[in-house]
Amino acid sequence: MINIFSLVAGIFITGVAAYLGSLMLSKKMALAAGPLGHLTLPGIALALIYGFDVTLGAFPFVILGIILIWLLEMKTKLPMEALTAIVFASGVAIAFLFLPIDQAEAALVGDISKIGLEDMIFSICLSLLVFVMLIKAYSKIVLISISEDLAKVQKIDVKKYNFIYLTMIAIVVALGVKIVGGLLTAALVAIPAAASRNISRNLFEYSFFGIFFGVLSCILGIFLSQLYGLPAGVLIIIINTAIFLITMILKRGK
Amino acid sequence: MEKGLILEVKNLTVELEKDAILKNLTFQVKEGEALTILGPNGAGKTVLLKTLLGLLPYNGEIKWKKNIKIGYVPQRLPFIKDIPLSVKEFFKLKEASEKEIQEILFLLGMKDSYILEKKIGDLSSGQFQKMLIVFALIGNPQVLLFDEPTAGIDIGTEETIYTFLKKMRKKKNLTILLVTHDINIVYEFSIHCLCLNKKALCFGHPKKITPEQLTELYGGKVKIYEHRHD
Repeated sequence: MINIFSLVAGIFITGVAAYLGSLMLSKKMALAAGPLGHLTLPGIALALIYGFDVTLGAFPFVILGIILIWLLEMKTKLPMEALTAIVFASGVAIAFLFLPIDQAEAALVGDISKIGLEDMIFSICLSLLVFVMLIKAYSKIVLISISEDLAKVQKIDVKKYNFIYLTMIAIVVALGVKIVGGLLTAALVAIPAAASRNISRNLFEYSFFGIFFGVLSCILGIFLSQLYGLPAGVLIIIINTAIFLITMILKRGK
Repeated sequence: MEKGLILEVKNLTVELEKDAILKNLTFQVKEGEALTILGPNGAGKTVLLKTLLGLLPYNGEIKWKKNIKIGYVPQRLPFIKDIPLSVKEFFKLKEASEKEIQEILFLLGMKDSYILEKKIGDLSSGQFQKMLIVFALIGNPQVLLFDEPTAGIDIGTEETIYTFLKKMRKKKNLTILLVTHDINIVYEFSIHCLCLNKKALCFGHPKKITPEQLTELYGGKVKIYEHRHD
């Protein structure tokens, strides 16, 4: 039997994650989700050991991650890629410092079967919150990623919107760990949007196909996981990747 | 501020990472005027525009007329071509109404609205430049700040753009500040000219720029080829 709670929660979370992904227009933005996802691992580890919700465990670490990325970016001249590598490695290392190895799979790739009614309601509420924030901030963030100067001339508070953007990533990444675990949560944001970008001519198509691919992968992944007894999180990401490859071929054919 | 002025700049100095990019600049711009800012590469022209827009820290005084609305046409937008974004969606980022977009496009001589559905990345460089101008004009600004408007586009399009700007200036009493390194544009287009190479080397009517000043500006490589249209 499919756990209906996890299916519904999954649809909301992957949908909003993909929508958010369609805002990752500049390189700097696209890279932020990766390290944040990996930084959740120690939090997830704590949640699994003490038996509380993984999203709650992940959240403080994501906040820490936002502050870290901000500080590192301002204080050092290192390229974002190097920072990502540092944060990624330390997140995983710290998690395994105290996480029992038999629980490692749930932390790394998620365990969707644990989602209950309360989790589902909680996930839907947070997803909807981010969804509303996204609709309100979307055009301003697009303009900022085209040109901060143009945005400032329009009297858009760039710092404020960067912060809103990071907050949305934090919530989505913390929600994503429920579905696909700390290792893969950034992929829920990045891959559907990347696939959609291959075939979209405008912003509307970009976010529409992104959400569509994200939700489709989630539904297919959960069904296939029932059929084959494999972790749903892993399958969701693999299906996402398959869609990405297909869109790449379609793009070439154009 | 004196009546009829739209901008007053006094003793403006801009330093970036302790390098003085602009030194002690003083000039004024009247309402409805066209001012070209002329200078070689690295003279601080773009920095001046950005400072006037409030994007860079400065010392000295920049006074705009109260509640002024500024339109800005940047030199380049390197990222925009990679974004799946249609021309119409680009304009909508500035909350433009359908009617307003049509109006400006009409004035620019682009009557076909098929261009609105095109992807920004698929535009020719001339079309792209025009799109940036339309974008800047949305919301009816009183001043247009223009950074190298015709770099890298063909002469035909260049002419259209200048004709259009002249028309807009007359029609809407638009004040235009235009950065360029092309001295011909100065003669053609502007009422006043500011020659800039870190400091102001001349300020006034373009016809009064002397060859000596130009030599100082460009370092001896420039000659004015006078030619008359009788």
